[in-house]
Amino acid sequence: MPTPSCPLSTRDVVDLYFMEHRAKLLDIAAFLDRLDRTAPAPSHAAETHDDVRVRALRRAIPLLLDGAPDRVRRILDLLSDHSRDPIAAAHTQSALGADPRGDY
Amino acid sequence: MAYIDPHIHMVSRTTDDYRHMAAAGCVAITEPAFWAGFDRGSPEGFRDYFRQLTEVEPKRAAAHGIAHFCWLCINPKEAEDVGFAREVMALIPEFLDRPNVLGIGEIGLNKNSRNELEVLQAQIDIARRHDRLILVHTPHLEDKLKGTRLTMDALRDAGIDPGRVLIDHVEEHTVGEVLDRGFWAGMTLYPDSKCTPQRAVDIIECWGSERIWINSAGDWGHSDPLSVPKCHVEMRRRGHLQALVDRISLHNPTAFLGQSARFRLPG
Repeated sequence: MPTPSCPLSTRDVVDLYFMEHRAKLLDIAAFLDRLDRTAPAPSHAAETHDDVRVRALRRAIPLLLDGAPDRVRRILDLLSDHSRDPIAAAHTQSALGADPRGDY
Repeated sequence: MAYIDPHIHMVSRTTDDYRHMAAAGCVAITEPAFWAGFDRGSPEGFRDYFRQLTEVEPKRAAAHGIAHFCWLCINPKEAEDVGFAREVMALIPEFLDRPNVLGIGEIGLNKNSRNELEVLQAQIDIARRHDRLILVHTPHLEDKLKGTRLTMDALRDAGIDPGRVLIDHVEEHTVGEVLDRGFWAGMTLYPDSKCTPQRAVDIIECWGSERIWINSAGDWGHSDPLSVPKCHVEMRRRGHLQALVDRISLHNPTAFLGQSARFRLPG
């Protein structure tokens, strides 16, 4: 367990933050339920429920409960590009939210 | 209680935001040059933008008792065309001696491409030759870790003193390395794509309060120009002392920015 560095007691943290995170958990569940209720658009036949972002999310969720500390850092690491060399050219200006070449 | 927002794009905010920030205690802001939401059509577009940062925004801020400072650069999103970028970079020295210009920023990488890196290196060199502070933008989302490392390596290779560089938009997977390598670390309080106030306070509790600050980076996207004072509320409700709030949002920014002789708080 990490060294205590939050000034609040355990009970205080639960009292202060539980309801907000209960709502966030439900938002994640609702997102996954919503995804189940979709079908690919006819013009985008290649769309599947296997989008790399969704696969990354499904891979990240178990990290919440694996018992190890530093969950946020480990999830951010999971979603990150770990290559070291600059890419040849930028063909987009936007980021995806998960490593598009990630093995999720 | 007085605070500084050291990274906010007021060109994209209404004057109402200045009013609300002043009421919340903001006494100074620094505004890095950034992407306009579209790729500008000519280097002269940047000349007009630099005029806006050095002439218009300081007046808008002063009307609310807020001191306005800025940083100049071509931002990473518009750095893929190196020829265009060099034309813009040629304009920068003309503006460097304006009274509110602190240094070069927000430079960095976006998709971590070779051209972006070349432009980053050229702007690091401008800062080095003119002995200016540097404010770094780290990439979004999956590109952040790689881009942070490439940027810190470029700064090291150029011989830049890390104590004169602020690496912004750090998160839990980059803050440690940024601080360990001697740089300053900025946490940006964005609702969706960067840190929340809660996570920022977690990071302070885990990594300490040295060489670290918070900012709202209010811009075109979903952002809140009052996220800095809202983070102060989060600190206080956990029981942290006002001294910590002042350190993060007044003394630390003053210490870093005060390395430029141009930085001066009002009053």
